[in-house]
Amino acid sequence: MAVCIAVIAKENYPLYIRSVPTENELKFHYTVHTSLDVVDEKISAMGKALVDQRELYLGLLYPTEDYKVYGYVTNSKVKFVMVVDSSNTALRDNEIRSMFRKLHNSYTDIMCNPFYNPGDRIHSRAFDNMVNSMMMQVC
Amino acid sequence: MSVAPYEVRHPTHQQDGSSSGNYGAKPALACSTLNRSLSAEREQQDSSAHYSDDPWRITEEQRDYYVNQFRSLQPDLNSFISGSMAKNFFTKSKLPIPELSHIWELSDVDCDGALTLPEFCAAFHLVVARKNGYQLPETLPETLLPEYLQAASLKPMRDCALFDSYSESLPGGQQTRDFSRTEKKSAEEVPDNSALLQDGKKDDKQALKVSTALKTIPKEFQHLTVKTAAQESNALKARPRSRSYSSTSIEDAMKKGEEPPTPPPRPQKSHSRASSLDLNKIFQQNTQAVRSGWLPPPPPALPPRPSVSQTEQPSEVELHPQMNRPPSQAEENSSAKKEVVLSQPPSKPTRRKLRTETQGLETPELSPTINVTSSLPAVKPHLPVQKQSSKQKRAIQTAIRKNKETNAVLARLNSELQQQLKEVHKERIALETQLEQLRPVTVL
Repeated sequence: MAVCIAVIAKENYPLYIRSVPTENELKFHYTVHTSLDVVDEKISAMGKALVDQRELYLGLLYPTEDYKVYGYVTNSKVKFVMVVDSSNTALRDNEIRSMFRKLHNSYTDIMCNPFYNPGDRIHSRAFDNMVNSMMMQVC
Repeated sequence: MSVAPYEVRHPTHQQDGSSSGNYGAKPALACSTLNRSLSAEREQQDSSAHYSDDPWRITEEQRDYYVNQFRSLQPDLNSFISGSMAKNFFTKSKLPIPELSHIWELSDVDCDGALTLPEFCAAFHLVVARKNGYQLPETLPETLLPEYLQAASLKPMRDCALFDSYSESLPGGQQTRDFSRTEKKSAEEVPDNSALLQDGKKDDKQALKVSTALKTIPKEFQHLTVKTAAQESNALKARPRSRSYSSTSIEDAMKKGEEPPTPPPRPQKSHSRASSLDLNKIFQQNTQAVRSGWLPPPPPALPPRPSVSQTEQPSEVELHPQMNRPPSQAEENSSAKKEVVLSQPPSKPTRRKLRTETQGLETPELSPTINVTSSLPAVKPHLPVQKQSSKQKRAIQTAIRKNKETNAVLARLNSELQQQLKEVHKERIALETQLEQLRPVTVL
């Protein structure tokens, strides 16, 4: 279960960022921000990437003692960053991929909304609900 | 086939051929019928047990209206309305963009960025509900799901066929019957609208009406918020009146606070004392007429006297039409007028009404005197004038006394409330400090 989920726009500003234990929110924001460097590194390393699900999923960006950070990038260079608690029984890679896939689907649903301007903060309730379902439950 | 019932149901769509691209005006026109039908349906829903009290259920009239609106955007009913077209259309409703975004999320079930007919109906219904003060639900209600609406959509097509057969024979009569059928189930005021609308329908200058009555496209949804302002101008235009009636009935039926409708500038400022209200109106009309006639003739030599003479005569004039009314109120108005005459004429109506409140108590004292004066209209005006001047002074003094008393009472009340406010403030501060203490101390 994720601890923090963020959607970063192409220009590297956050469209949506949500973390579950809210007192450490700032720390997670910082983590996500620093992870963007790693994302960019991986993107540039890919070169002319084939359109493939595997290409979109960047995998573990970097682990720290407390948590792991996973990344995912879409074809339009919108990045999803997920911070997962390390103490959590190690989530399998497939689970992370499926979570990213769900995120991607919800994101495309938001894009379909004609009232949404790309580049705005995401305020969709459906997206919130989906993210909540993926987040860790706080006691 | 699709066009004929179209014309039968809504007169506005007779202009389909003329301005097919101008779908903005048509929703504007049809929205009046929508409101009327909506009001009919709302009250029908509220009253009848057939429909549960479910604002999320689309009625037949609403469905037809939505279908027509869909047609105006997309002639093929089985095809989609693209996102941008829908966006333009719904933006006209003047709802804030986040709410429209949420409505879209709810109604676009397959999330394809386009609206099918049932999706469009659901979205439109949500827009209308929101305009009428209903909060948007978190999830799409069952009655607005596309599958549900698909199943229900078969029924109106049958009705269209029925009307199709009628339309050829009696277009006008059918229209009246159609609307009378819907209005029978609704409140009384709605048939007035239908009558008015039918007059409007039969009027050949519908295009003119479109342009005049609905100058801007956003008005199609603004009328939902128009309340009695248009009611007051009902003599001027039938169309705004129908809109306003439908909107008021909607609001009556829904009984929810709306986005602030523009409150009409009501001419009456007095508090609602039922009997005096009517009197005020009548007096206002009378005094205005009388004043204009009276003020020039009397010589301005002695201001109190001519004023009193004027008031005496208007008072008798007004007492006649109101013989059945309690004399005290007549007196209160006449005494009020004495004060008012000394002030400027244009502000008379309001001033007089305000004073009627304050001088209400002094009326019993004046009533015997004024009765005397009114009973002697032909007698020389000077005798009652002198009496009235002294009475007038007494009246003023009693009014002052009463005002002082009320002032004292209000001041006492004010001090008490201030005391309460202080206490509540103290409590609040205490609670806030407690909260701060209880909050977990964050260790860095």
